[in-house]
Amino acid sequence: MDFLCFVRSPEKTRKMGPKSSKWIQLLLICFFYSHVSCSSVEQKIYVVVNKTTPCVRLLNATHQIGCQSSISGDTGVLHVLETPDDLDWITETGPHAPYMVLMETPAFTRSTMMRLKNSTRVAGVAVIHTSTPPDKGFSPHTSCPNQNTGVYTQSYGPELANCSTTVWNPLGNGLSYEDFPFPIFSLKDDNETQVIRKCYEDHNMRVNGSAPEYPLCAMQLFSHMHAVTDTVTCMRRTDLQNSFSINPEQLCDPLMDYNVWATIRPINATAKGHKANESMVIAATRLDGRSFFYDVAPSAEGTVSGIVTLLAAAEALRSVTQVAPPPRNIFFAFFQGETFDYIGSSRMVYDMQNNKSVIDFDNVHSFLEIGQVGLWNKQSLWMHSDPVSRRNDTVNEEVSSLVANIKSAASMLNLSLDEPNSTQALPPSSFQRFLRARPIPGVVLADHQSSFVNRYYESLYDTSEYLNVSYPPNLSPEEQLEYETEAAKSLTEVATLVARSLYKQAGGEDGMLKNITADTKTMAKLLYGFLVKSNNSWFRSLLPRDLVSRERNPILESGPPQYYVSLSQSQPKSVTTFVKYILANMTGTATRLNQSQCQNPKDISGESKDLYSYDWVSGPASENHTTGEPFCVRAPVRLAKAESPAFELRQYGSREYSTWTESRWKNIGARIFLVASPQLQMLTLGVGIAVLLVSLVVTYFISSKADILFSSTHDAPSTTY
Amino acid sequence: MTAAVFFGCTFIAFSPAVALFLLTIARDPLRVIFLIAGAFFWLVSLLLSSLVWFISVQISNKDSGSQQKGLLVFGVLLSVLLQELFRFAYYKLLKKANEGLLAISQEETMPISVRQLAYVSGLGFGLMSGAFSVVNILSNSVGPGTVGIHGDSQHYFISSAFMTLAIILLHMFWGVVFFDSCERRRWWSLGTVVCSHLFVSCLTFMNPQYEGSLIPTYMVLCVMAGWAFSCAGGSLRNLRLCLTCRDKDFLLVNHRPR
Repeated sequence: MDFLCFVRSPEKTRKMGPKSSKWIQLLLICFFYSHVSCSSVEQKIYVVVNKTTPCVRLLNATHQIGCQSSISGDTGVLHVLETPDDLDWITETGPHAPYMVLMETPAFTRSTMMRLKNSTRVAGVAVIHTSTPPDKGFSPHTSCPNQNTGVYTQSYGPELANCSTTVWNPLGNGLSYEDFPFPIFSLKDDNETQVIRKCYEDHNMRVNGSAPEYPLCAMQLFSHMHAVTDTVTCMRRTDLQNSFSINPEQLCDPLMDYNVWATIRPINATAKGHKANESMVIAATRLDGRSFFYDVAPSAEGTVSGIVTLLAAAEALRSVTQVAPPPRNIFFAFFQGETFDYIGSSRMVYDMQNNKSVIDFDNVHSFLEIGQVGLWNKQSLWMHSDPVSRRNDTVNEEVSSLVANIKSAASMLNLSLDEPNSTQALPPSSFQRFLRARPIPGVVLADHQSSFVNRYYESLYDTSEYLNVSYPPNLSPEEQLEYETEAAKSLTEVATLVARSLYKQAGGEDGMLKNITADTKTMAKLLYGFLVKSNNSWFRSLLPRDLVSRERNPILESGPPQYYVSLSQSQPKSVTTFVKYILANMTGTATRLNQSQCQNPKDISGESKDLYSYDWVSGPASENHTTGEPFCVRAPVRLAKAESPAFELRQYGSREYSTWTESRWKNIGARIFLVASPQLQMLTLGVGIAVLLVSLVVTYFISSKADILFSSTHDAPSTTY
Repeated sequence: MTAAVFFGCTFIAFSPAVALFLLTIARDPLRVIFLIAGAFFWLVSLLLSSLVWFISVQISNKDSGSQQKGLLVFGVLLSVLLQELFRFAYYKLLKKANEGLLAISQEETMPISVRQLAYVSGLGFGLMSGAFSVVNILSNSVGPGTVGIHGDSQHYFISSAFMTLAIILLHMFWGVVFFDSCERRRWWSLGTVVCSHLFVSCLTFMNPQYEGSLIPTYMVLCVMAGWAFSCAGGSLRNLRLCLTCRDKDFLLVNHRPR
């Protein structure tokens, strides 16, 4: 019955089998309130906080990270953490333990959180998310991202393993990888937090350092996680349930989604394995990021800068590759789940090694990866390469020629471009997974020479503001979509550089290079869609109409999409979908097929589902039509499953592949209310017991003396019939 | 800790009724049957009044505050009148049933007197109405919170429990007086019962000034208790005899098989 008013919106609540006792209670109450979902008494007691984001539990082969509450939620008396004094009050002196700690994001530091974690007097933490980022930087990620699954190990460049030469993310405090025994929620700073603050000020404020009086304002957080210990345990329990239980309950799900890939010349996507006479230049970037909290991952610099650069480069290459196709093919790859030990790229490599992918390693000529490039500010870009594989002369030659190609493209653009110290390792990148399999020549393009320039790596603050994607005031959404920000202009230059480098690396003629230019307008629209508002007219025109107008789980939002990889539940994540359709627009062509032909083009001459995917997209809305004229786009764009091979191989304790899983949960929620003093509660119980005893005694007395008491000697009617 | 509040409130609201049931009713199957039949009659009256309530809420203007308030008053009045109507219907039914009962009874007299009937059916009414008025509050008292985040009094739970206690006992007394009035055809006292029921129900509009509703309710309860006592054949003399324990010889004189 506690949960009657309290079940969060269905897409966040993953359905589980019924727990009988709770349901019987619920049914009973529902019986009494058949058409009122929430009783007025409940509303008198509880104020539900809706705009919350929890921190959830993730598991890998050896650890669990994240947070959880007990199964019936964790309750604590609210205390606002503002000064070190408050921290002492919470962890040591305050009389009303356990406490629910309310803090603003500047206080959300490693030292504070670890002190709270080590205290037994903390019921949970609610962090109010303020939009001003800390000046000195904040990154809850580790200082050495994907430390154990990159290429550098004891057997491969041991002197470079574990970030021993370069700490890539020196600001990383590792909070995201801690396991907290209490729930931690993020609250949006708005009316709801005002209600919480008011409740705190009215009831819980300390007067002259003395403890406040009951009733006190308290908060309850629900985020019970079903999985525990590690992926091995959780998958074993899940498998056990699947084989023995009639009503199996999944405890955790592997993090997975889809990679997106496309080629400038179509290849047969249904035939797996080696492609004869194909040599590919792979241009890759990653699609995902994360932050401390669930499904909040703006990842502007960390991820989006790479996505938009590669998409704009793909568009810049389209016209030239149709006029003067280069001898080698270019393979655009967007890897999903890279934050969590390279899920997407390791799956691609695994598939290539096992002839399950459309190409294999013999088809790969070279590799160009776009890392974090958003903050280069026209200073300098850096070409990172792997020193270990370059010890081999042939590889070194090819890397040098790739570097020379990029440099010559840059010199045409007056960009300064450099290589870092030749002994420096590769930064965390998908390319590392390819190097694990074979020493492919390749380069990672990034805006940092050694450590990341990004001060908010994998944090809440890595937003559009950080990338300087900001608009003058008084612009309508349509004007903002078209507005060419400084960030758009500078990233367009990077995209042009990438496009020209790829063309040259693919063996294209130098004379054509000057015809390859990325479009600033496109870059502006990409940045707006990926960082500000995905529900814009351009994205709508590129997506199929059923996706645009979908009522349940709409993929277009009034804000930016979130880049957490999450779990693919039958359909790809919104970011994957956007990239797929935008890439189709960038590399494909509009055809004159009608809707049914578009769905099934196999009988039409010149069309082939093996070579292309066909999508019936909405089309741009014209001035007088609110919805556009839909048409069929033919493009060599495909999705490829990005699930870690560990789950296909059922090696849940794998050290080679990503084993990240996300725990399941039933409900996530938060509410505030007052708690009565223990004295008042005991007094109520005492009065109740007294009434019980008195009524037993009096009743016994009356019933035993009933004959005398009720013996009427006067006008009794004839009471018997 | 809040299980304490739950049990405390449950004991306050229901322990007199439960004690009465255990010590005076549970031993006699016929009384149990009449108790349950009384509870059933109360339920039917609730069904009717909730039907009317449901319809009138649907057709009313949900934005108008005064209309909703008026609707609430109307609902309370209607519900009280329906309850009393069903009490009368139950009385009529019992009268009819008595003849049948007498026919199948092997004894000359009825196995249950009309006063006992009045008491048992009144307790049945009270138990059911008490259960319905307090069970949702009890269910919320189990949770960690207490009333008051919107500035309400935090004595909500305990005052609701005491109110329920009074309502259960009042129903019992009203039943006794009501049946007695019907027997004697004293229509004015029948009217008084209905009026006092209306009065007590309207007192709840004083909430959340719980003193304002609880104190008058308990005053009415005392008056009704005295009245019901006298209707049931009690008198001050009996009470005095009883309390001073000089009842031994009195018993011998007035002993009468029940």
